[in-house]
Amino acid sequence: MKSVTKSIPLIVTLLACAFLLIPIIQSVLAGLTVNYFRGLSSGLTLKWVGQVWELYSGSIFLSIWLALACLVVTLILGVPAAYALARNPGRASRILEEFISLPLAIPGLALALALLQLYGTLQGFRTSWSFILVGHVLYTLPFMVRSVLSVLAAIDLKSLEEGAASLGAGPARRFFDIVVPNALPGILAGALTVVTLSIGEFNLTWMLHTPYLKTLPVGLADSYASMRLEVASAYTLVFFVMIVPLLIAMQWASARAQRIVQ
Amino acid sequence: MTLTLTNIAKTFPGGTKALLPTDLEISKGEIVSLLGPSGCGKSTLLRIIAGLETPDAGAKIVFDGEDVTHQSVETRKIGMVFQSYALFPNMSVRGNIGYGLKMQRLPRAEIDSRVNEVIALCRLDAYADRSITALSGGQRQRVALARAMAPRPRVLLLDEPLSALDAALRGQLRDELALLLRQFGITAIFVTHDQDEAMAIADRVAVMSQGEVAQIGTPEVLYRNPATGFVARFVGDAMPLEGRIEADRLHLRGGVLALPKPADGSEVLVRAEDIRIDPEGPVSARVETVTFLGTHYRIALGGLAEGPLFALHTGLSAPKPGEDVRLSIASEALLILPRGLAA
Ligand SMILES: Nc1ncnc2c1ncn2[C@@H]1O[C@H](COP(=O)(O)OP(=O)(O)OP(=O)(O)O)[C@@H](O)[C@H]1O
Ligand SMILES: [Mg+2]
Repeated sequence: MKSVTKSIPLIVTLLACAFLLIPIIQSVLAGLTVNYFRGLSSGLTLKWVGQVWELYSGSIFLSIWLALACLVVTLILGVPAAYALARNPGRASRILEEFISLPLAIPGLALALALLQLYGTLQGFRTSWSFILVGHVLYTLPFMVRSVLSVLAAIDLKSLEEGAASLGAGPARRFFDIVVPNALPGILAGALTVVTLSIGEFNLTWMLHTPYLKTLPVGLADSYASMRLEVASAYTLVFFVMIVPLLIAMQWASARAQRIVQ
Repeated sequence: MTLTLTNIAKTFPGGTKALLPTDLEISKGEIVSLLGPSGCGKSTLLRIIAGLETPDAGAKIVFDGEDVTHQSVETRKIGMVFQSYALFPNMSVRGNIGYGLKMQRLPRAEIDSRVNEVIALCRLDAYADRSITALSGGQRQRVALARAMAPRPRVLLLDEPLSALDAALRGQLRDELALLLRQFGITAIFVTHDQDEAMAIADRVAVMSQGEVAQIGTPEVLYRNPATGFVARFVGDAMPLEGRIEADRLHLRGGVLALPKPADGSEVLVRAEDIRIDPEGPVSARVETVTFLGTHYRIALGGLAEGPLFALHTGLSAPKPGEDVRLSIASEALLILPRGLAA
């Protein structure tokens, strides 16, 4: 009797997992079977994956490129911004922090529309990858700032910097010798979040993209709309292979940064 | 290095006058302690000397004839030990100690040899390659001192360097620090709110109160000839006697004490160790509580001051609470100080 009441939560958990996992497994298998409608008996193949690569490798590289560019920009803007906020705690800083976080509260579609209204007429910019980059930076910057800020807020930054200054270190030396190394767990967690979000971002990118600039998720939507199901499923598989390791790394880095904050 | 401070004051943006205009002169190799209660402006004065805080206009800070008032902290060549130590968690013990030398762009080999020298002096050999997080409080304190000393600063500034340690360790490290500072032969300023610490380490002590230096002098001078009631209370815990003064007589509730000189309008203070239980004594008081502390008894006496007056009694037995005892106080031991000056 007792073992039954004990096993109920376990069964519920397993069912929930199955509920989440079965569609994923099915989709992955669909991308690997010769003919989805005839099922696994038709045999396994990498043909569809190959086809995805042929058709969409441009999207894969564009997404990686965008994610890295987005990472560089958010590092250059976000780390000094977090540092400035950490060094000047006060009302003005709180307001600024909320302001940076504003894009989180606005739907990606609205953000994209605003960008289109503002810059849509600048032809060269509108059709270049940097247009999408601007959207991605707006969307991911708050994650970088918050992640770095939470680590910086947890260490006695003022004393550390005063210590370094008393030993003869100027502002730049202090930033690179003391601030950055001690913020590293936050920077790492922020970086992985930025890359993961940038690669997976759909709403905003879908509004901003052009037929020649399709990112990974936009390509996925495209393949579901216009390709046979096996190809779209193979695409999902490719997407998973790219995003899952990033997600796991992000979880690990965030947990590590969290330990410092506590 | 000789340090001359003229007209140093600090008003914080909110309007807090943390430090009133202060002059101070410290000679080469001297160790001076800034002693005072919390909030009296000790850290503010120290941080102004370091260059971490800007004084109000009109101040002048001179290091060995060189006016450094407008120099930034990076260029003043000071060493600083912080209350929290502020050791860099991203560097090893060796990395921390060598950081100041690295900033001076010394050759690698010289940095190494000077770091090793300081490590040996501070007895940190066993921990040199550890990370900061793997050190005990006392070890961190020594690393903080070694880091400040390695670049051979002109003056060493210490802000409550022992207050983060537990009591037992604090006593031990206090004597160690006094010895090390003398070995280095450095001019040093040491902030503390603990009078024992100030007396054990410093050549001269500046007692501060509400943004002012109330008195500066050797520990003996401060103890024997305090300039104000505040100094007498803070150094050696003097207690005011409550009574009526008529020329050189103090009329207490339980008797009359002879004063060394006429003291109309002054206040009379006494220290616990100067109150003697003496059947022939001129004053009587009621014993309120008796605490046995090993080396002595601490006896709270009623009827001599507003609150209880404490007497330090050595001997094999003590009077019981509720008893009336007679006391004597040598007239030289009575401190006669102007009333109402500097709280
Ligand atoms: N940055 C600041 N802004 C405003 N007021 C300040 C600031 N720093 C210190 N004060 C005020 O100046 C006064 C003196 O402060 P200070 O830190 O020098 O005291 P302290 O003697 O070192 O005390 P403690 O023993 O508590 O460290 C205090 O009233 C304090 O509140
Ligand atoms: Mg202080």
